[in-house]
Formats: sequence, structure tokens, C-alpha cells
Amino acid sequence: MSAGRVLLKRELSLAWGGGGGPLLACGFFLALTAIVPLAAGGDPRVLQPVAGGIAWIALALASLLSLERLFERDFEDGALDLLALGPLPLEAVFAVKALAQWLAIGLPLAVAAPVAAIALGADPGWAPLILGSALLGSLGFAFTGALGAALALGSKRGGLLIAVVVLPLFIPPVIFGAGALEQALTGLSPWPALALLGATPCSPWR
Amino acid sequence: MDIANGSHMIGRLCIDDLGLSRGERVLFHGLSVDLDAGEALALTGANGAGKTSLLRAIAGFIRPDAGAVRFSEGPGAEIEPETARARHIHLLGHLEGLKGARTAREELAFQTAWCGRGGIDSAVEALGLAPLLDLETRKLSAGQRRRLSLARLIAAPRALWLLDEPLAPLDARWRAVATQLMQDHLAGGGMVIAAVHDPLDLPCHTLDVGAAS
Amino acid sequence: MVFGLANPDRFMRFTRPLMPVVWAAAVGLLLAGTWLSFTAPEDYQQLDTVRIMFVHVPAAWLGLAAYVALGVSSFFALVFRHPLADAAARAAALPGAVFTALALATGSLWGKPMWGAWWVWDARLTSVVVLFLFYVAYMALRAAIDDEAKAARAAAVLGLVGLVNLPIVKFSVDWWNTLHQPASLLRAEGPSMTAAHLTPLLVMGLAYMMLFTALWLTDIRTEVRRRRVLTMRARAAQEA
Repeated sequence: MSAGRVLLKRELSLAWGGGGGPLLACGFFLALTAIVPLAAGGDPRVLQPVAGGIAWIALALASLLSLERLFERDFEDGALDLLALGPLPLEAVFAVKALAQWLAIGLPLAVAAPVAAIALGADPGWAPLILGSALLGSLGFAFTGALGAALALGSKRGGLLIAVVVLPLFIPPVIFGAGALEQALTGLSPWPALALLGATPCSPWR
Repeated sequence: MDIANGSHMIGRLCIDDLGLSRGERVLFHGLSVDLDAGEALALTGANGAGKTSLLRAIAGFIRPDAGAVRFSEGPGAEIEPETARARHIHLLGHLEGLKGARTAREELAFQTAWCGRGGIDSAVEALGLAPLLDLETRKLSAGQRRRLSLARLIAAPRALWLLDEPLAPLDARWRAVATQLMQDHLAGGGMVIAAVHDPLDLPCHTLDVGAAS
Repeated sequence: MVFGLANPDRFMRFTRPLMPVVWAAAVGLLLAGTWLSFTAPEDYQQLDTVRIMFVHVPAAWLGLAAYVALGVSSFFALVFRHPLADAAARAAALPGAVFTALALATGSLWGKPMWGAWWVWDARLTSVVVLFLFYVAYMALRAAIDDEAKAARAAAVLGLVGLVNLPIVKFSVDWWNTLHQPASLLRAEGPSMTAAHLTPLLVMGLAYMMLFTALWLTDIRTEVRRRRVLTMRARAAQEA
């Protein structure tokens, strides 16, 4: 088994174990989605126009989940030394960890996004577009988020610090992702926005 | 024991005029040591003298103020530090990098696969880990955790062992076993650098890190 | 009786002969209920879609009942520190969450033909979503803490808080709903139920109850055995 796969397997087992991973992410996502109509009123005429946007906000916030532990836990218990002595350069370790983060958190969130949008009154016909843009967007969130998590390493106030560092970096994916929905809604082609969205996971290497 | 991982291995380690500091404090400077295959080096010195920092500098985790650490296969055949780190060095620190929620078997299998290739069976036997394998690592005692970490050195052969207080949590029986494992490693052409408080029970050079400055 | 059963050995001995009976009753009732559901006459208004009710309504009942079981077990786990009560609370979570999710999913399927929308934020549906979130929170908390004794205590407190909070949430959501009247939509209540529909509904309700009991007891028994294995392993490790 190649080193990358060995590491990915371990990262996934760590992300899924301990109650993290899909359950937590989807629970948070669902709670956020459910609280919007409670705060803004359940009238579909109010909710429908912003359904896609709310799903994107929820996606961005839920993507912040468990970022704090992504590198911190390996730093605290010494596993980072072990990872640094492995066959992969640290850049590749970073990429594998970000990918595992996406598989455990981003992917389930992206699948939940169309459900949330429809529950908020979006047209079910938009589901494939919402799913596609959420898949790309969550990939962007995972990689930029991992960058923020790596930068905040060793600080004593991980969670909020990472949110403050990372949320501004989340702006481009949010603009392109919600923009794709907006353009499709007004009859324009969503592809340019989706293409830009697809480029956002590369941002840690720019 | 076959340590040759791939086609080549470290035959010589040169620490050349090394200077290290931690924060503002200079730990030592002008430290030079050479180590050949089959040799062991015990690092002694008071707490805070810089034994751990020296080990981490050899592994390439700390950038030295001055000097360099060089690895070579033999005369004139240098090994890049990145290559040495990726293939030839084991570092066993105070923190063992074990994940509490995973079982000893999962952790050992991952560490072995990550550091090289090889089965875990002989290491499990050498360190008496069989009854512990299905326990989650957070349920292990300090000595058991250390034995689990030592197992990775056996299971994934690498030439240079950097050990930080390797025997401290072990009882007399397992100290003897671990010492024997180090001797076997040396006999197979490996190298050991260990930070210790009690002298190692094997033929080795000694370097007093505190006195080097 | 209940306190006598709190001894794990006695519990295992007592429930052992019960298990096949409970499982047989669950499967038998489910088959009967399914048959009755499909042979029940169409509703004059809802036509065939009325059959969704036979899955949806019992699932919602059991979703709530399982949470009550979880909360009460949590109370006993907290007050008497009893491992069996803890196992009971833990075992109720997953089936309860699945029943609740089933109620939400079938409710959504039912809502489309009835209300013309997959989802409507009315008081009852929103309360069920919150119930589901309670389950998710309970399971997530349980799984997140490595130390099992600590996880059990934290989860028991959460289960109990949830039990106390459910009526409060229900009340506040009702209040919210009267504050924001949803736009013109049909009400959920159809015409009052006929016996032809009531019988399959009750049989299905009973079937779900037996199914939950079977799953619950099986899980508790597995948990008791798992803890025995853990104890033995720890003992073996100590000798090593």
C-alpha cells in the first residue's frame, strides 16, 4: 500500500472515529438550517429567495468544524514528528489530511446541502446544481480551512482563531458558489462561476 | 537484522561545529561528533542542557544556528537530509504520537507502514505486545506505551535511531529487553543516539551536552 | 422487579428466553401491518398516498417514545450510577434517531402530494427536526469522549436535559408558529379516520413498538457482553 493511502486511511479513521466526521457535520448543518426559519419566520415567500444562500452560509460554517483538531491533535501528541519522518513531504501530508477532512466532513455536507436548500423552499430542480457547486465549494473550504488550521497551530485559542483567519478566505468560494446558483436562477450559464469555484482548492499553493 | 531499506543506508553521521539555541538562550555551540555504522552515542547532561533539541536537530526538525548535520552512505556518498529523514531515521520522543481512541494494533500497523515496510509480528513478539494489541492505546500504561513505540523501530527497519529517554518508563525486565534490541540493531550495522540519565548498558560513546558549550 | 433486573447477570438470564419471542412478535406484526396497510381502502381525498401514514405516524410515535426511554434511562444512570441503565440509554439512541429520521423522510414524501411542497416549516415538523437534533447531539457527545465512564455521565446529563427540554421546545415552537402563520397551505389533518384505516395504523404502531423493544434489548445485551470482553482484555493486559 502506498504511503499516501496508508495516511489517508488513518486520517479517515481518526475523522470518523470519536464522533467527529459526518454525524457531527450534518448535525450542525441541520441545526443551522432549522434555526433560520425559526428566527426569520417559516413563510416560504421569505425563505425561498435566500434558500441557496442560507445553504451556502451553513456549508461554510459547518466546514469550520473539526478544523481545529486537524493538525493540533498531531502536534500535541507528537504524531506530527512521526508524520514528518515519513516518505511523503509535508506538503503531501497536508494535502492528504485536507482531502481526508473533505471526505469526512465536506462530502457529507455537500450531499446534505440540496436537502437543506429544498427544505428552505428551493426548487427541487436545482438540486444537481446545488450539489455540484457544494461539492466544489466544500473542497475549497477544506483546503483553505486546512491552511488556516496549520497556521493557527500551537495557539491556545484554536477554534475561534481559525474561524477568524479562515472565514475571509472562504469569501471567494461563497461568492462563486452562490453566484453560480444566482446566475442559473436568472437564466445565465452557471459554468464560469463553477469553473472559478473549482479553482479555489488550489489557493493554499498560490 | 536487515536494516538496508532499499539499496543504501546511512554509514556515517557527522555533526560538524553545531550550534543550537532555544528562544534567546544559547544551548551550545561548536559541537562536533562523528558516528559510524554499528556505534552508539549516549547524550548526557542536566535537564535543559539541550539533549532533546540536539536529537530534533539531527532529525532536521530544528534549524541550527551554525554548523550542519551530514549523513553519508560511505566516503564521498552524501545522503540528502530530506532523504535521511524520509527513509533512515527513527525518532522516539517523550510524546509517542499514539492516538488514544485507536487500538495498539492499528497504531503499530500504521506507524510501521508509514515508516517503511515489514510485518509487525516479530516486533510484537519481541516486546510482548500480543495481549495488548486489541486495547485502545489510552488504556495502556506508560511502560506499555513505550514498548508499543519501540516495536515500530523493530518492525520498520531504519538505520539511525534517535531515542529520547528510551528506557525511562520501563521496568527492569523490559529495560533489559530494550537494551538487547539496541545491541542487535548495532550489531546489524545500525546507529543509536540516545538521550539518557542512567548510563546505557552497552558499549557506547558518551557526549555530555551541557559541557559542550 | 425493575431493581432486581438491574443486576446485569439477572438481566441477561431473564431476557435470554424473551429475545426470540420479542423478535418473532416484531416480525409477525410488521408483516401483518404491512399486509393490512396495502389492503386498506384508498382514502377518498388522499387516494393511495394515505398509506404513507401507516409508516409515518408510528415512526413519529416511536421516535418520541424512544427519547422518553432514553431520558428515563439517563435519569436512572445518573441517580443510581448503574451501568445497565447507561447501556439502556445508549441503546435507545440509534433506533430512536432512525425512527425519527424515517418520520421526517416519509413526512416529506407525504407533504409533496398533500401540501405541494417537500417541506413546510410548521410547528409539528419543526419539533420533530429538533427531536432528531437531540438524538444527534446525544450520539455525538457519547462518541466524542474517549473515556467511557465520563462519556456515560455527560451523555446521561444531556439525555435528561433533553427530556426536560422537549416539552419546552414543543411549546416554544408552537408559540413561534402562531407568531408567523405559514402562508396559505392545507392543514395536515385530513378527515377523521375510519376504522379501515385505524386498524392497520394501530397494528403498525404495535409492530414498531415490538421492533424497538427487540432492537433495544438486543443492543443492551450486546453492550453487557462487550463490557465483559473489555474487562477481560484489560485484565489480560495487566498481567502482560
